[in-house]
Amino acid sequence: MEGRLGVRKTYKLFIDGRFPRSESGRTFRYASRDGVVTVQLSEASRKDLRMAVRAARRAYPGWRARSGYNRGQILYRIAEMVEDRAETFIGQLALQATIGSARREVSEAIDLLIWYAGWCDKYQQVIGNMNPVAGPYFNISTPEPMGVVGVVAPGQPALLGLVGALAPVMVSGNAAVLLASSSQAIAAVTFAEAVATADVPPGVVNILTGSSAELAPWMAGHMDINALDLSGVPPESSPTLEEAASHNLKRIGRWDASDRNLNRIAAFTEIKTVWHPKGR
Amino acid sequence: MSADQPVLADSESPPRWEYQESRENPSLAAVRDRYGLWIDGGEVEPLSQKWFPSIEPATEDHLAMVAEAGSSDVDRAVRSARDAAGDWATRPAGDRAKFLFRIARLIQERSRELAVLDTRDGGKPIREARDIDLPLVAAHFFYHAGWADKLDYAFAGVNPQPLGVVGQVIPWNFPLLMAAWKVAPALATGNTVVLKPAETTPLSALRLAEIAADAGLPPGVLNVIPGAGRTGADLVSHRGVDKVAFTGSTEVGKQIRRRLAGTGKPLTLELGGKGAHVVFEDAPMDQAVEGVVNGIFFNQGQVCCAGSRLLVQESVAADFVQRLRRRLLTLRVGDPLDKNTDVGAINSAAQLEKITGLVEAGRSEGAQIYQPPCQLPDRGYWFPPTLFTEVSQSHRIAQEEIFGPVLSILTFRTPTEAVERANNTPYGLASGVWTAKGSRILWMADQLASGVVWANTYNQFDPASPFGGVKESGFGREGGRHGLAAYLKGMG
Repeated sequence: MEGRLGVRKTYKLFIDGRFPRSESGRTFRYASRDGVVTVQLSEASRKDLRMAVRAARRAYPGWRARSGYNRGQILYRIAEMVEDRAETFIGQLALQATIGSARREVSEAIDLLIWYAGWCDKYQQVIGNMNPVAGPYFNISTPEPMGVVGVVAPGQPALLGLVGALAPVMVSGNAAVLLASSSQAIAAVTFAEAVATADVPPGVVNILTGSSAELAPWMAGHMDINALDLSGVPPESSPTLEEAASHNLKRIGRWDASDRNLNRIAAFTEIKTVWHPKGR
Repeated sequence: MSADQPVLADSESPPRWEYQESRENPSLAAVRDRYGLWIDGGEVEPLSQKWFPSIEPATEDHLAMVAEAGSSDVDRAVRSARDAAGDWATRPAGDRAKFLFRIARLIQERSRELAVLDTRDGGKPIREARDIDLPLVAAHFFYHAGWADKLDYAFAGVNPQPLGVVGQVIPWNFPLLMAAWKVAPALATGNTVVLKPAETTPLSALRLAEIAADAGLPPGVLNVIPGAGRTGADLVSHRGVDKVAFTGSTEVGKQIRRRLAGTGKPLTLELGGKGAHVVFEDAPMDQAVEGVVNGIFFNQGQVCCAGSRLLVQESVAADFVQRLRRRLLTLRVGDPLDKNTDVGAINSAAQLEKITGLVEAGRSEGAQIYQPPCQLPDRGYWFPPTLFTEVSQSHRIAQEEIFGPVLSILTFRTPTEAVERANNTPYGLASGVWTAKGSRILWMADQLASGVVWANTYNQFDPASPFGGVKESGFGREGGRHGLAAYLKGMG
């Protein structure tokens, strides 16, 4: 509408299915390349991170207990919600990229969500199996989720890096705490809004905007996180984080932002083998 | 518990439970007077100029007139599928996934309507259509959608390729579910389809074609041509069909196998069964009674994997039979649209005649019949829940598939004897094992000659789980990773 003054969105954190500001009261300023658009975003603190981990831990058993079919439908629903907000995402990504590449990225992110949605009730059939042990035993190995996974998403491409890291963690039933880099924070918050309307149980996905460099070490040292996706961490920071992660032997994965493969799912599962005797 | 100490002294007095009729509204499924064939993305008049009625088995009313595909119609449908095959096979696999996801979603949205449609057209209880058939239909499309772009993972290192045009013939017992079992994996793997639904239940398959069109599925990818046996025969022997998939009777399955002899055409057959429940003395009895009842009276026993034989260990046989008889008294037989109904209508006059004939054979061969008192409606095709005791291995009711609500009860003493008896039919589709002992379940599962073994449960279905038979119950699997193989080059 010509001359109408717009209403601006407040960008907040996403913890336990709600959108709080940082408990610290901190925010940071994001400006588009041309300086026309400026936004204040919540800058998550160590305590926000702890709250997010607690929410994820609470949500984990329920999410894990859902059928793969159900998780698949929910991931598909996220894709529906992102598709519905496609123009919003394109606008946000275009703040730092060309409109063409923004458009491509949103399409790819949606398709990637659908690709992972389909895995929820299939990855077990590909990476699990019967074991032909030499005795009268039934013996089967199947993958299980690990628990709470901390994700440092690649900052570029902003949306695709985030989706590509988060979706495979969710597939098997893990709960996630994701640190969005400041360059992807706007899209990350809009993505959180899509997640919040996609029947994802509160706490399964938590998204913190702010400084990954500040929060990642706390994440690596947190004793109630089971695994880390460090794809968004610069190589020089990795050794320190891996060292901190060794306290409770967190599993660690790292991929290129464009990697989409079964290993990203498998990396956040544990194989469980069950023996049972056979006999009349 | 010994056989001569029945625990249920009052087992013959029927519980007096009042039910208030709760009838689903039949107009939820709007039915037109006439349905044509679905070819090349739209409804067309049959070149055969022939039409046949689809009858509501609960009332014997004509639901609709449906086009019968003649050989030139079959030819037209196969050509339409052939024309669509190239683009469908070569377009991005992710697109195929998206089409199937869309179809799954539309089925979820329209499931109440579709449940009513199958109940009216086929006679099954609305409770089953609503709670079992339709959720599974949607799930099958959803599950296979996800495979469409992951075939390289399902079969690593072989570069899986579609076969081309698939001719599929399905039965009337689960009209839309059987369509889903056939269509979803075929499309996911990149094939195009000509589907022939059963002549007594063509309506939901035609509606599936409409739904697929609403989902934007390209014309020709899914064609639906109603008709009877002749249409099916024309389809499976058409030279333009690259693969045949059939679900139905063992007799027709063998005819198809003969017809395809020497053609090299891939074939999968999901045929009849004579499923055995094996109930051991340590089984959880109430649970086993429920499982056996569900196993044989689900869908009026018109289920290829119905548990139509009960093998119960001698030490608990008398007690178990009494429990079963008492449970039968609470089954509600009648109007399939009533949500209270447990046992609905038999699908057709012909099927009723077949059931009646075999039950007569059971009587005349010396088995003891039990049927609970129940009032059957005046119109429609009905058969009461039926138990036979004193059944011997050689009786026809212990060997032949009845495809009706009739359970033949035999006994055994040892696990080995149970296995021998369970395996003593030409069939091998599904079996049930009821025991508290885990090791025995797994031992039995190894010994039983059947494609599916259910332990302490029965009639479980899931798109992720392969289903299919051994011996004369057919070959090939539907569902799961293994079910995909049936629709890929060099694998089925």
